[in-house]
Amino acid sequence: MKVFIIDDSKTMRNIQKKILNQLGHTDTEEACDGQDALSKVNAFNPDLILVDWNMPNMDGITFVKTYRAQGKKTPIIMVTTEAEKTRVVEAIQAGVNNYVVKPFTPEVLSARVNETMEKVAPVTA
Amino acid sequence: MDVRYINPFIESTQRVFKTMLDLDVSFNKPRVVKEIGRHDVSGIIGMSGDVVGSVVLSFSTSTSRQIIGRFVGADIAPDHEDFADAVGELVNMISGAAKSQFEGQNVSISCPSVVVGESHTVAMPSDSVCITIPCEVFCGSFNIDVAIRSEAAKAARVDNSNSVPVQSARKSA
Repeated sequence: MKVFIIDDSKTMRNIQKKILNQLGHTDTEEACDGQDALSKVNAFNPDLILVDWNMPNMDGITFVKTYRAQGKKTPIIMVTTEAEKTRVVEAIQAGVNNYVVKPFTPEVLSARVNETMEKVAPVTA
Repeated sequence: MDVRYINPFIESTQRVFKTMLDLDVSFNKPRVVKEIGRHDVSGIIGMSGDVVGSVVLSFSTSTSRQIIGRFVGADIAPDHEDFADAVGELVNMISGAAKSQFEGQNVSISCPSVVVGESHTVAMPSDSVCITIPCEVFCGSFNIDVAIRSEAAKAARVDNSNSVPVQSARKSA
């Protein structure tokens, strides 16, 4: 599975990448803000996107809206410090599939990744 | 400053350090300060919206090096760009988790800034009371300095200053 990690903090990208590696997802690409992500996402063609909210140049919610406006269906998990209900609702309405609040444990991020991919997995007979 | 704004920072610091670093933090009594103390490493976040001001997470070099080493899983020199990135992410998580506990308040946080330099200080907003929260972990002490104010409270003060006091109005009637 190809996972695209968007976060302005290299530290946080590394932490997420390490957790994904432990889940067996080693094919990752990174971007440091929404603009950087838009320039890379279609070439990488990810199966899952993890995106932070607060970033310079273009924030995560703007990236999500712009990406969804292109008709892209790739599942997106918002990984952010924004924990207020209003923010979660705004993110879901923008097209986010799941939500992880920082700080998070490896177990929480792993569970959200797995449940998100299970929801989008094709049903087999 | 409303003391309701202090407990969220204590709780969020505890949670960030426990979750991301597996570290327990103990807290000494918060105190009002006119200016924040001198430190070697500071992560700074601005708040805007219904609550405005600044939050600073400050360490000595030795304490920050041990904490950041634990956070990123490697010993990094303070002058390395990854060091500042990690400090910024810590203050980002602490401030974000704290502001989510400001009930009914719509607050945004800035991207973090980080200052690395021996014995520097950070000037805080002059129109806000600054409260220092002294924190301790196994490898030393650090501070959370919070200088924020409610914009709603400020607006209320302005309204009151423009109104005629009830007692005066009665006298002139």
